[in-house]
Amino acid sequence: MTSKTPGHMQIITGNYAAALAAMLSRVQVVAAYPITPQSPATEALARFVESGALNAEYVRVESEHSALAVCIAASTVGARTFTASSANGLAYMHEQIHWAAGARLPIVLACVNRAVGAPWSVLNDQHDSVSQRDTGWIQLYARDSQEILDTIIQAYRIAEAVYAPTMVCYDGYILSHTVMPVEVPCQKDVDRFLPSYKPHTSLDPAAPCNLNLVTLSNPREDAQGVLCHAYMELRYLLHEALENSLDTIVQVDREFGDIFGRSYGGTHWGYCLEDAEVVLMAMGSLASEATVAADRLREEGHRAGVLGLRVYRPFPRRQLVEALQHARLVVVFDKNVSYGYEGATCSDLKAALYTQGVRLPVHNYIVGLGGRDVKARELVDAAQRSARWVEEGRLEKPAEWLNCHI
Amino acid sequence: MHTRDCDHISGVSFPSIGEAGRTGDWRTARPVIDSEKCIPVRRGRPSCFQCWLYCPEAVIKRTIPVAIDLEYCKGCGICAEVCPAGAITMVDESSLAQPGKETQ
Repeated sequence: MTSKTPGHMQIITGNYAAALAAMLSRVQVVAAYPITPQSPATEALARFVESGALNAEYVRVESEHSALAVCIAASTVGARTFTASSANGLAYMHEQIHWAAGARLPIVLACVNRAVGAPWSVLNDQHDSVSQRDTGWIQLYARDSQEILDTIIQAYRIAEAVYAPTMVCYDGYILSHTVMPVEVPCQKDVDRFLPSYKPHTSLDPAAPCNLNLVTLSNPREDAQGVLCHAYMELRYLLHEALENSLDTIVQVDREFGDIFGRSYGGTHWGYCLEDAEVVLMAMGSLASEATVAADRLREEGHRAGVLGLRVYRPFPRRQLVEALQHARLVVVFDKNVSYGYEGATCSDLKAALYTQGVRLPVHNYIVGLGGRDVKARELVDAAQRSARWVEEGRLEKPAEWLNCHI
Repeated sequence: MHTRDCDHISGVSFPSIGEAGRTGDWRTARPVIDSEKCIPVRRGRPSCFQCWLYCPEAVIKRTIPVAIDLEYCKGCGICAEVCPAGAITMVDESSLAQPGKETQ
């Protein structure tokens, strides 16, 4: 346990908390293109840079694709970089999102979760970040402004330890535009927690190299006779880095707690989970809402609890199965859908349970797409419907679209 | 045989001769210089060297006579195209007894 200088309380939005976190992390290059509901975060960073509060280069770009391309270049030469986006903007980055991961650049991106068009919606769901699942980025989900600030600072430690880019996701409007009290840590403590960034490969005119070159299908010796990775080996290393990052994520969260007195459960957090038979699982603000639902379910005689998924990739399969050891039913609420199947986190959880040999009913509800309000009462009703389904001995329950008036 | 020992976590290479393999193997036609026509040879002093200037692989040397490193010449034929004296001819490799390893 180490002492910390007390931070100061501010009443701020999630977006402002994200901007403060980037500043406290001493980012050196910020490149972003405005999109609702992300804009206030990057506008705040532009103000910090313009006022001299943040000694960084703010690069104005003509698109999200270029925003991430700038971060990739800056990160390659050893600068700590930050960007943020939402929905179609994030989708427009997609090619560079893959590139940042393959090049093993520890860029941190705030994804302010918003529904992806068509049709246009500026409101919240988590489809934008969930559909970037297979790009090789670590994905962390936050519940409130404090967690957004703390998670972004943690994200730099994690990303730079394992050399994988990290996305910190928080719900558009629900968190991005809602003000709440946040303890803003003092710079000295953040500096103690977060050492400066050391790139894995540096560009040096005295020792020229070719980065991210064309690789062939098989390994081959370079001119010095050293056997070098082909594409498949490099992709394995990225996969291995993400798998191993689970330990780093837990460790970094613990160390953050030691200094700042706040930590978030590492891979996931639980609410009344110890004896829970009916477990509600969700990510982000939806999981917070589920805690209200769990209280009501307890009042109504169900042993209910919440499993809040903090890390979506790498998927903490072992930790989740362990956390569900007393569960008799898991109700997964997804603010996304994999069209033609079901919600993404539901599929992942089922696969994790199957792998560990656990046979457990897992029911899926698709909720809150395009900003559709999700009330705790609706989560309670859904959980009760699922509980009845199981009591009646019925088997497979197809994913249900909650509060969808079709 | 493991690639982990190369100690990189992303794709990287360092410029050196042969880094991309013996690219001379790719060649189907070989540039053959006729010294009778080659301008620097005829003049006996450094001049012209358009083949050296245009060679995308940097395998042509500004020497007299002009030398082409056939280990790495891919046989693109640009040198033959740009030679103002018409001194370079692309000769089908299959018509040559030994696909050249020597420097011409």
